[in-house]
Amino acid sequence: MATVFVPALMRKLTDEKATLEVPGVTVREVINNLESEYPGTKDRLVDKFKIKASISVAVDGEISPMGILAKVGEHSEVHFLPAIGGGH
Amino acid sequence: MTTTYEPNVVLSTKEYDVVGTRPIRHDGADKVTGKARYGADYSVRTQLYGKILRSPHAHANIKSIDTSKAEALEGVRAVVTHKDFPSALEGDDAVQAMREGIMASGRVRFKGHPVAGVAALNVHIAEEAIGLIEVEYEVLGSVMTTQDAMADGAPILYDDLRTDELGETIEGNTNVAQHIQYSLGDIDKGFAEADVIVEREFNTATVHQGYIEPHNCTVDWNKDGRVYIWNSTQAPFDVRDQTAQILGLDVVNAKLTPMEIGGGFGGKWEPYGEPVAALLSKNTDHPVKIVHTRTEEFDSTGPTPGSNIRVKIGATKDGKFTAAKAYIAFEAGFSAGSVIEAGAQCVFACYDIANGLVDGYDVVVNKPKSAAYRAPGSTHVAMATETVVDELSKELGIDPIELRLLNATKEGTRRVDGPRFPRIGCVEVLEALRDHPHYKTPLEGPNQGRGLAIGFWFNAGMQSSCSIAVNADGSVTLVEGSPDIGGSRVGLAMQAAETLGITAEEVRPSVVDTDSVGYTAGTGGSRVTFATGWAVYEASQDIKRQMITRAATIWDIDADSIEMEKGVIQSKTNSELKMTFRELAAQLNDTGGPIMGRGTVDPSGEGGAFCANIVDVEVDPDTGKVDVIRVTAVQDAGKAIHPSYVEGQIQGGTVQGIGWALNEEYFMNDKGTMTNSTFLDYRMPTSLDTPMIDTVIVEVANPGHPYGVRGVGEVCLVPPPAAIANAIHDAAGVRLRNLPMNPGVVMNAIWNK
Repeated sequence: MATVFVPALMRKLTDEKATLEVPGVTVREVINNLESEYPGTKDRLVDKFKIKASISVAVDGEISPMGILAKVGEHSEVHFLPAIGGGH
Repeated sequence: MTTTYEPNVVLSTKEYDVVGTRPIRHDGADKVTGKARYGADYSVRTQLYGKILRSPHAHANIKSIDTSKAEALEGVRAVVTHKDFPSALEGDDAVQAMREGIMASGRVRFKGHPVAGVAALNVHIAEEAIGLIEVEYEVLGSVMTTQDAMADGAPILYDDLRTDELGETIEGNTNVAQHIQYSLGDIDKGFAEADVIVEREFNTATVHQGYIEPHNCTVDWNKDGRVYIWNSTQAPFDVRDQTAQILGLDVVNAKLTPMEIGGGFGGKWEPYGEPVAALLSKNTDHPVKIVHTRTEEFDSTGPTPGSNIRVKIGATKDGKFTAAKAYIAFEAGFSAGSVIEAGAQCVFACYDIANGLVDGYDVVVNKPKSAAYRAPGSTHVAMATETVVDELSKELGIDPIELRLLNATKEGTRRVDGPRFPRIGCVEVLEALRDHPHYKTPLEGPNQGRGLAIGFWFNAGMQSSCSIAVNADGSVTLVEGSPDIGGSRVGLAMQAAETLGITAEEVRPSVVDTDSVGYTAGTGGSRVTFATGWAVYEASQDIKRQMITRAATIWDIDADSIEMEKGVIQSKTNSELKMTFRELAAQLNDTGGPIMGRGTVDPSGEGGAFCANIVDVEVDPDTGKVDVIRVTAVQDAGKAIHPSYVEGQIQGGTVQGIGWALNEEYFMNDKGTMTNSTFLDYRMPTSLDTPMIDTVIVEVANPGHPYGVRGVGEVCLVPPPAAIANAIHDAAGVRLRNLPMNPGVVMNAIWNK
């Protein structure tokens, strides 16, 4: 199962747990399974069929341009980070 | 100087035929002979000239606007206000915010906020006309710093602004648009394990990117409803799209042609005058040209945020960092979005620290909306972290480079924001810094001091497109969409040449308009040589595949039995079947037609970059003036495609860092007006103010790119202010924690010592 690193500002939704083992082979599946266990998390991360514009998802250390479509490995780390709005 | 050294060094780890050499850039002749066409050079027959009326107040309600006298002035052809734009409610929140920045509707929120636009026969009439527009304001209280904006009872910029905490809305009026937090390990336990703790507060002034060429545009609203834009921009597609959104147009009805660009550094990513010029053109049936003055640039285009930062680091007596904590507040300007996320992610990125806590705040203030500036946010936080690390090295009695090496981040290190680093070059950069002759050379006189610092920037990937066409003589034309600011044409051409086995001179690169190439994100984030380079690599591979297939047709053999290496196509089994790229190119039109390759990418794997400085300064104890007398900048480029332009980036970024450190600031009066909004009073360094910037290019190949490229354009701006602050301390015994460190500040610190 992937290890999801729960953002500090979302941990009250996960009983203050900082990391969670969550099944799923895509970020979308991981988020859906996270929501099953910890209701309210999906609303914080997803806007319809996309990761919210204000959030980036990193899989195994790399920000993925694929968002919720990104593949997740059996031992992947998944991070949800505030999206960087500039960087020009 | 008694030590012999090479001023610029490339520590190569892999050699190629073209990559890593120094061919003359393709746009060089045009640039040095003045033939290159910039936006202000571009003119269209029958064009009019536009000027923009701007608010004299930092914060005020607009009670009324009377344009009748301006409209009656001879030579004036049109006047527009917010009423000429699509309804304020049209488009989503982001579009409405952009539109409000382009032209204020009910309230102005910074001095310089556009209120009306005029088109006239010449710029002088247009200037006279905006002086005839009568605007009645109700002046409101304003806030200029994050501390003021976050204070109880502060004037509020937006009645409906609420703080966002990663998707959760915090109720109550506020000027804090966003609060972010990163947490790693156990911060209390980490500080409990420390033998030494240093905690300090820092402030950095608002500074401007200071590109030499101001924003400019010429816009023609054609009678068929299509809008044509010629301008100076880092991001043609984004400015096209945003201009269309602001005007309520479909993107297909806007075309943008980027002219040559005289610098951007992150500040030319958004539209400013384009939508105004478009409406003036629509209302007059003439093209309209707007060129900002320098004062307009300072007053109304994105500076980098001012900041208020507190950093606390704990260490054991043998130098191991045990915990780090930061509070970071950035000025967003009048509208949310200060790149606080990047600053918060970079603040401890150079160090492997098990326990960390970072709080970041994006705060709206009555200043122009902030924009990116080379590694946005990272220079601010490096000033804080690297000064604290310098204090720790003094307190612990450990050499500052050895202390940094002891704690240096490396592959696998978990950052405070969570992810682990991929292969990076922080250790290699510090080792090159330590081994450089500069570090061993004694200072030569009284009042001199040496400081050092290191900085990090993520770099970016994002989308790029290109096409390559093979000519009959074996040369190729490369079409791409990344405006060339720092020599990217030649850097991209070299990657095509390396892949195809031809010379850089046999590749002709062109930066084209938005109709002529696929979507390409802007030139920024140090991304072009990496990401557009990836697109060029893919397009070149596409050509190789097609060339092999064509050779297979000509030779009547299986394509799998053919290989193409170093510009030679040959059979793997029959040595007589061999052609050069040039020979095959000559046969294309008679054997099936032309060949074009295409590449479209959205790559991750950009890898991060580190840059470190050794800076020597001399402080005049009578005036406080700081002279920078020697600088060595060491940076990991992954692979320097064209070392000259990597050196140029490092030198340019370092000079900007010297200006940020010692002189540059928005000097605001109590009415929220910048009082130094010309280059005469806004002091940027010239060549007379800086020594030769010695560079060392470290090459820790990025596994995320076929030639190992990491971006190089931004991280070089990160370490200079902290290195200079540390050098001033070494020279004069005073710790400076606010930027800029101008002579008055230094003198006051010496007097108060």
